[in-house]
Amino acid sequence: MTKGLPTLPITRRHALAGLAAGTATLAMPGLLRAQSETIRIGFPTPLTGPYAAEAKDQVRSAELAVKLVNDKGGIAGRKVELLVRDDKLNAGEAATRTLELIEKEKVHAVVGSLSSAVQLAINEVTRARGVIFVSISQSDTINEVKDFSRFTFHEALNPHMTTAAVAKHTFKPGMKIAYLVADYAFGHEILRGFKRAQAAIGATSVGEILHPIGAPDYSTFMPRLRAMKPDILCICNFGRDQANSIKQAVDFGLNKQDRIVVPVLLYTQRLGIGAEAFEGVVGGANYYWRLQDTLPSAKAFNDAYKAAYSGAYPTDYGAYGYTGVSSLLLAMAKAGGTDTDKVIAALEGLTYDVAKGPQHYRKCDHQSVQSVLVLESKAKADTPEEADPFRILAVEPASEDILRSCAELGFPS
Amino acid sequence: MDAELIAMQLFSGVALGAILVMVALGLSIIFGMLGVVNFAHGALFMVGAYAGLWIASLTGSFWWGLLLAPLLVGAFGMLIERVLIRPLYKRSIDDPLLLTFGLAYVLVEAVRILFGNEGMPFPTPPELAGVADLGIGYFPIYRLFVVGVVAVVLLLLWLGLEKTKFGLIVRAGARDPQIMRVLGVDVAKVWLLVFGLGVGLTALGGVLAAPMRSVDPEMGALVLAEAFVVTVIGGMGSLVGAVVAGLLIGIAISMTALFAPEMATIVMFALMALVLLVRPQGLFGKPGRA
Amino acid sequence: MTASVHSIAEVMTGPTGHRGWRARLTAWRVPLSILVLCLLPWVLPSQALAVNVLIYGLLAVGYNLLFGYTGMLSFGHAAFFGAGAYAAGLGIGQLGLPWYAAIPFGMLVGGALAFAVGLLSIRTRGIYFSMVTLALAQLVYYAALQSSSITGGENGLRGFTVARIELFGWSVDFLDPVKKYYVLMVFAAVALWLVSRVLASPFGAVIEAIRENETRARACGYDVERTKVMAFTLSGLVCALAGTLFALHLAIVPLDTLSIQTSGMIVMMTLLGGAGSFFGPFVGALAFLLMEDVVALWTPHWQIVVGTVFILFVLFLPKGIWGTLIAWRAGR
Repeated sequence: MTKGLPTLPITRRHALAGLAAGTATLAMPGLLRAQSETIRIGFPTPLTGPYAAEAKDQVRSAELAVKLVNDKGGIAGRKVELLVRDDKLNAGEAATRTLELIEKEKVHAVVGSLSSAVQLAINEVTRARGVIFVSISQSDTINEVKDFSRFTFHEALNPHMTTAAVAKHTFKPGMKIAYLVADYAFGHEILRGFKRAQAAIGATSVGEILHPIGAPDYSTFMPRLRAMKPDILCICNFGRDQANSIKQAVDFGLNKQDRIVVPVLLYTQRLGIGAEAFEGVVGGANYYWRLQDTLPSAKAFNDAYKAAYSGAYPTDYGAYGYTGVSSLLLAMAKAGGTDTDKVIAALEGLTYDVAKGPQHYRKCDHQSVQSVLVLESKAKADTPEEADPFRILAVEPASEDILRSCAELGFPS
Repeated sequence: MDAELIAMQLFSGVALGAILVMVALGLSIIFGMLGVVNFAHGALFMVGAYAGLWIASLTGSFWWGLLLAPLLVGAFGMLIERVLIRPLYKRSIDDPLLLTFGLAYVLVEAVRILFGNEGMPFPTPPELAGVADLGIGYFPIYRLFVVGVVAVVLLLLWLGLEKTKFGLIVRAGARDPQIMRVLGVDVAKVWLLVFGLGVGLTALGGVLAAPMRSVDPEMGALVLAEAFVVTVIGGMGSLVGAVVAGLLIGIAISMTALFAPEMATIVMFALMALVLLVRPQGLFGKPGRA
Repeated sequence: MTASVHSIAEVMTGPTGHRGWRARLTAWRVPLSILVLCLLPWVLPSQALAVNVLIYGLLAVGYNLLFGYTGMLSFGHAAFFGAGAYAAGLGIGQLGLPWYAAIPFGMLVGGALAFAVGLLSIRTRGIYFSMVTLALAQLVYYAALQSSSITGGENGLRGFTVARIELFGWSVDFLDPVKKYYVLMVFAAVALWLVSRVLASPFGAVIEAIRENETRARACGYDVERTKVMAFTLSGLVCALAGTLFALHLAIVPLDTLSIQTSGMIVMMTLLGGAGSFFGPFVGALAFLLMEDVVALWTPHWQIVVGTVFILFVLFLPKGIWGTLIAWRAGR
C-alpha cells in the first residue's frame, strides 16, 4: 500500500468493527435481531500487491457510499457496515476470504474484486451459496452464460464495450492497426473487441503480437511492430504490463510514427509513470472526475469525496467502489431489506445515476449498461494541475448497442 | 521476414542479455566462491534500482545514481554477509539458500513500505533519450549505452581478476576453496568482499534496467528466475559461462519473440531443463559440483 | 512401529530414558494428530482458516517426506499440488466423475507427474536438484497458463462445484463449512496414517540413511536412485491428495496453485514447523497461516513479519518449532 500507512487504519478499524458487531449480535435476542441487524457488505479487494493504490481508492469510495446512506438513517432503519478484506490479488485467497465473510460474518452481499481471476473465483463461491455479488472488475467471461449467476451483477465495464467505445473514437476507415496483446483471457478479450470494431469501421489489421503476461521487457517486439508501419498501435494489456510496454514503445520512437491506443487508461498508473511516456495515449475509462463539468451527479460525488478525504479526487477504479455499493444499497432500499430475491428483482429493475449518468443492469447477463469515457493523456506542458492529467475526448452514452447481444452470450431469447 | 529485421532482433537480444549478464555474474561469483545460492539476488537488483532512483532524485543527476547506488548496495551486501550469511557457512548448503529466500520477502516489503506499492517513474536521462539509426533500423540510444557500460564493466572485471592479487585469490578460490585456507589467505575477508562485489553487480544491473521500465517492488522476482536460468545453463560458478549464457538467453528470447512470441518465457525454462538433464554441470561448469 | 527406526540420529544420540516418551509419542502420533485436527475448526478464528491448515498441513507433510526425511530440497512441489487440484476439478467438471472418484484420479495424475519429474531430477544432486525441480515446475505452470481452453488459463478452473455429496445413502451438505471440514479431514487422516506407516517401515529407515549419508547408503547396498524416485513419487502423491482436497474445498483451481510462490510457501511452512519430524509440517502450516491471518489484520505489510520470522528460524532454530520443542524436551 503505497502511501502505505493511511490504509492501515481502515483495515484495522474494520476488523475491530466486525468483531464488535459480531459480539453485539450474539448478545441480542433473536427476535430483535431481524429488524435492527446491521446490513453487512463484504468487500474483498487487493490491499497488497501492484493494484494497492486502486484498491485503497475503492475502499474509500465504497466507505463513502455506505456513510452517505447511514447519514440518512440507513436502510429500513438498519445501519450498513462494510467489511473490507485483503484478497492479495490472488484467486484462492479471494475465495477463502469470501467464504469467511459468508460463513463467519454472515454478510448479506459481497461487492469487490480487481482482477478477472479473482472476480470469477468470488462468483463461484457466491453462486453456490446464493449470495448477491456486485463485481467491479473488467471481464467478458463473467457475462457469458457458462459463468452466469443470477446472484451476480457486473458493475464494471467489460472489455467488449470499452474497446467498442475507444475504437469508435480513434479508428478511421482505411487505417492500419497493429496489436500488441497480453497472452491471457483479458488480453484476448480486448483484442477480440478491437478487431470487431475495426471490421465494422473498415480499418485493417497489419499484425498481432502476443506477449507473455507480466513481461518486463518488450524491446524484442518493437522492431517488428515498427516494421508493420501502423497508423495506430493498440496495446492490449493492463496495469504494469501497459506501463512498461508504452514506455518502451516510446523509447523506440513508435509514438512518433503512430498513435498509441490502449483499452483502459488508469489514473494512478499515469501519475506513476509520468506525463512524458503517456503523452497522446488514448484509452477508455469508467470515470474521470472532469465529468463534473457536464454532469451534476459527478459533481455531487466529487464534492462528497473531497469533503470526506481532504480534497482528493475520486479515481476511475476507485469510483467502481462507489457506483457498485451505491447501486446495491439503492436496490436494498427499494426492496426494503436484504431478502435476496427481492433485492435481485430490485437490481434488475433499477435505473440509477450516482456518478456518471444513467445506468441500469441488463436483464439477461446483469451487465451494467453505462457510459464509457474516451480519454487522452495530456502533454506535461498542458498539465498545470497534477490531478488533471487527462482530456475527455468523448463520452459514449449508455447503450446496449456496444454490448454483445444476449443471444451471442448464449442466453435463450 | 527480411534480413534487416532479423539483424535488429539479434541486436535487441544482445541488449536484453546485457542486463542478464550483470545479474547472473553476481549470482555466479557468489556461488562459485562462497557456495551460497543467493535467493535474495533479484530483490537486491530491485533495491539497486530504487537506490539509483533515490540518489538521482537527491542529487538531480542520473549519473550519481549510476555511480553510487552499486557501491551503496554492495556495502549493504557486505553487511548481509557479515551478519546473516557468515553464521551459516558451517551448516548445510540449503541453509543460506533458505535464509536469502526469507530475506527477499523482507527486502521487497521494506521497499513497499518506504517507496510504495505501485512503482515509480524513472525517466531516461535526457542526454541518452531518443533513438539512433543503426543502418539496419532504429534503436534507443539508452539501450546502446547499457550495452557499452556492461562491456566496460566486463573488461574491468576481467582486468581485475587477471591482473590483481585479489583477482588471483578469487580465481584460485573459485577453482578450489581449500587451497586458499592452506595458503593462509584471510578467507573471511575475501568472502565478504566477493559477496559485496556480487551484490554490487546486480545493483548496477538494477540501476541500468530502471530507465527502460518503471521501477516496482516486484521487478526482482522475474530477474531472479532469469538469472538462475543463465547461471545454470552457463554452469554455476563459471564467470565465462554467465556471460555467454546471458547473451545466449537474450538472443533466444529475442528470436522466439520474433517467431513464437507467446513462448518466450517457456523457452527459457525448457532450455534450462534440457541443459540440466544432458549436461548437469552446465555449459562451462565443472562436473564435480553437480 | 518401533522407535528404533524412527530416526537414526535419535537412536545414536538419545539416552534410553528419553526414548521411552519419544517411542510413545511415535506410537500415538496418528491418533494425536487426528484429535488435534478434530478440534481445529473450533479453536481457529474461522472455519475457512481451519480447512486451509488441514490442506496446507497435509501438503507440507507430503513435502516433508522428501525434504525432511530424504534430504532433497525441491523447489517445485507446487506442480504436484496443482496437478492434483486441476485433475480433480477437470475430473468432476469435464469427465463427470463423482467426487469420491475425483480424489484418486487427482492423485493418479499428480503421482504420475511426480514420478516423471522424479525420474528426471534425481539425476542431479544438491543445488542442481533444486534448480531442475524449479525449472520443471515452471514448465508445468506455463503449460497450464497456455492451455487455457482446458485449464481456464489465468482465470483459473471453474465449474465443478460439489454442493452435496452422496455416499452409501448418506447425503451431506458440502456447502456447510463444518461438515465439509470433517469430510476432507477423513482423507487427510487416512493419508497421515499411511505416511506414518511408511516412515516406520524399512523404507523409512532407508530414506533417512540416504539423507544422513548417501555414499554410505549406497555402500550398504541400497539402490539409492530407486529409493529416491519412490520417495519423490510418494511425496508427490500426498501433495496431489492435498491438491484434490483444495479443489473440492474452494470449488475453483487458481493458476497460482502451480506458481513458484506456492512452492516457496511449502518450503517455508515445512521449515518453520520442523523438517524431518512428523508433526512439524502441520505445526508449520498452522503457524504460517495463523501468522499471516493475524498480522494481515493490523498491517498489510505482513510479508515483512513472516520473512523476518523465517530468517530468525533459519539462523537460530533450524529445527523449526516442533523440532526445537522435541530437542528441548529431550535435552532436559
